[in-house]
Amino acid sequence: MTPIVRFSVLARVLHWLMAAMILGMLFVGVSMAATEGPAYATLVALHRPMGIAILLLACARLANRLLVPPPPLPAAMPLIQRIAAIGSHVVLYALMFAMPLVGWGMLSAGAYPVVLWGPVRLPPILPHDPALFAVLRHLHSWLAFTLFGVIVVHLGAALLHGLILRDGVFAAMASWRRGRRDIL
Amino acid sequence: MTEPKRGGGATGPVSLFDPGTMLRLGVIGAVMLGVVAAFAWSAGWLSPHRLTQARMMETLAAVDGIHPGFRRNHAKGVCVTGWFQGSGQAVPLSTAAVFRAERSAVVGRFALAGGMPFQADAPAKVRSMALRILPSDGAEWRMGINDIPVFVARSAREFRDLLLATRPDPATGKPDPARVGPFLAGHPEVARALGLVGARPVSSGFADDTYRSLDSFRFVNAQGVSTPVRWDMVPVQPFVPATAGTGRDYLFDDLLAVLRRHPLSWRLMVIVGAPSDPTADPTLPWPADRRQVEAGILTLDAAESEDGGACTGITYDPLVLPAGIVPSDDPIPAARSAAYMRSFTLRAGEAKPPSAITPATIAAEDRP
Ligand code: HEM
Ligand code: HEM
Ligand code: HEM
Repeated sequence: MTPIVRFSVLARVLHWLMAAMILGMLFVGVSMAATEGPAYATLVALHRPMGIAILLLACARLANRLLVPPPPLPAAMPLIQRIAAIGSHVVLYALMFAMPLVGWGMLSAGAYPVVLWGPVRLPPILPHDPALFAVLRHLHSWLAFTLFGVIVVHLGAALLHGLILRDGVFAAMASWRRGRRDIL
Repeated sequence: MTEPKRGGGATGPVSLFDPGTMLRLGVIGAVMLGVVAAFAWSAGWLSPHRLTQARMMETLAAVDGIHPGFRRNHAKGVCVTGWFQGSGQAVPLSTAAVFRAERSAVVGRFALAGGMPFQADAPAKVRSMALRILPSDGAEWRMGINDIPVFVARSAREFRDLLLATRPDPATGKPDPARVGPFLAGHPEVARALGLVGARPVSSGFADDTYRSLDSFRFVNAQGVSTPVRWDMVPVQPFVPATAGTGRDYLFDDLLAVLRRHPLSWRLMVIVGAPSDPTADPTLPWPADRRQVEAGILTLDAAESEDGGACTGITYDPLVLPAGIVPSDDPIPAARSAAYMRSFTLRAGEAKPPSAITPATIAAEDRP
């Protein structure tokens, strides 16, 4: 039996940290966009800095992904499954960048200050343009729903690999046992 | 060197009909379904009675009609510009730059409450002032303040229910007493607040009116001390009691006329709350003897139509606060912040017909 080769430690740490943060952001986002209650203020004040933190982590993650190749997929994996795996990862990466950039951009276009916390603000990344604000506000929702859909399928696929196929794909990201080989 | 492989537990083709596999498939399906259900619940898709921004907009549209391109409330208005001169006297209360003894640019808006952009002006209609104060350090402060002594609801839901209970009956054009009576009986706090609003002295126009924050906030100073506050914009122009006006837009026409002659000024009076003063309930007035600090003077010297005006492409979100001003436990500013962004998103994406006060109206009046 060939030993399991895992993603690098950094890739695994970033993956699970960001998985929790991104899922958290999706839930925070739809909760705050559907409430007239006092939680709105708290959730929005959390949503902005957390979204920007995801943007920074996504930069680190992409750099790591380009420098350290992932372990190859199992040789026996059919082509169609490879395309689905790689394609969905590309979409996930794209949305990890697009979501926070659209959020930041829409507040810029709407002439809202982009407050992170207290006096710390980010500069606008787009000119003040209310029509553009409206478009980006809707885009932020639709990209979020797309991201959520892809994550649910990604989660299902991960569990399929982990519970049924047991081909090492799940363990490559999820195993933390000592003595296993990491990709370097 | 060989490529690293994953290998591991792969055991050849799996049979779908193996009972263990079917159980695992069921578990995977249940996990996926559970995540989707939790998401749908968070988004309010499973709770038709939750008061969301979308439902607040539906209520405003049901009560005031649908007017694409216009604000969903306070729809009839004009833009104004000027400056705020801080006095320095509020610096011991708050670190916000606007309070230093310096000038900040102001883009504001005067409006009538209500979502009807062409409603006729009348003395007793609620008037508002909205301000975007931009100090040189960029830490801006936005506010939307009304000329009534207290707000009329303690929560967004109560406000929504009040709007529905008092909406005009299509047959009579007036609120239906059969709906209003039971609502007020069940909400004595609202009835009392409406009484205070009805008993206020009504001024002749926008220029000699006092506008109040109604909501409570907290000022935080350099030592980190946090003080509950409300504030009033008190006119330097002397108060003249209201008389019936003529013309659909007489309040706005008067404002434009006076601004053509001279600038208008208001004193920003910060009301310093005691720890016992109610901050979570904007229907409750604070005792009249609270210490007041004159934080500065607002001067407005020009007006323009909101068609193309500087006040149109922004929303006066009361949670756009500089460091040194923070929300209190008053639930209304959060509700407003949520509703204003939705109203802004809707109107910014719609084509806007000309407003009641157009650039042409203003130009025509400009000619001697
Ligand atoms: C919710 C639970 C999640 C589970 C159980 C999970 C599981 C996995 C597993 C097992 C892999 C390895 C796949 C392979 O070897 O190619 C993987 C990779 C990956 N996952 Fe997840 N994941 C989850 C959430 C997320 C989220 C929220 C995101 C981002 C939005 C994400 C993005 C990725 C990406 C981009 C990869 C490819 C590896 C890389 O290049 O970084 N995952 N995931
Ligand atoms: C990974 C990053 C992000 C994710 C996953 C995310 C997700 C979401 C979601 C799901 C919504 C609710 C959409 C709806 O139900 O209509 C939302 C709304 C929003 N997001 Fe984000 N977001 C991210 C980043 C950001 C950033 C960086 C900002 C700003 C700096 C931002 C600002 C907002 C705002 C202002 C809203 C609207 C709230 C309202 O409608 O009242 N988001 N976001
Ligand atoms: C839950 C309660 C409230 C709701 C749902 C609500 C809703 C709205 C909406 C939807 C707008 C239009 C925003 C835009 O499109 O930019 C608006 C404007 C405004 N509201 Fe409220 N409001 C509430 C409470 C208050 C209170 C307590 C005050 C006063 C202290 C207030 C003062 C104003 C002012 C001054 C404007 C006009 C701002 C401008 O001229 O652009 N509102 N309101």
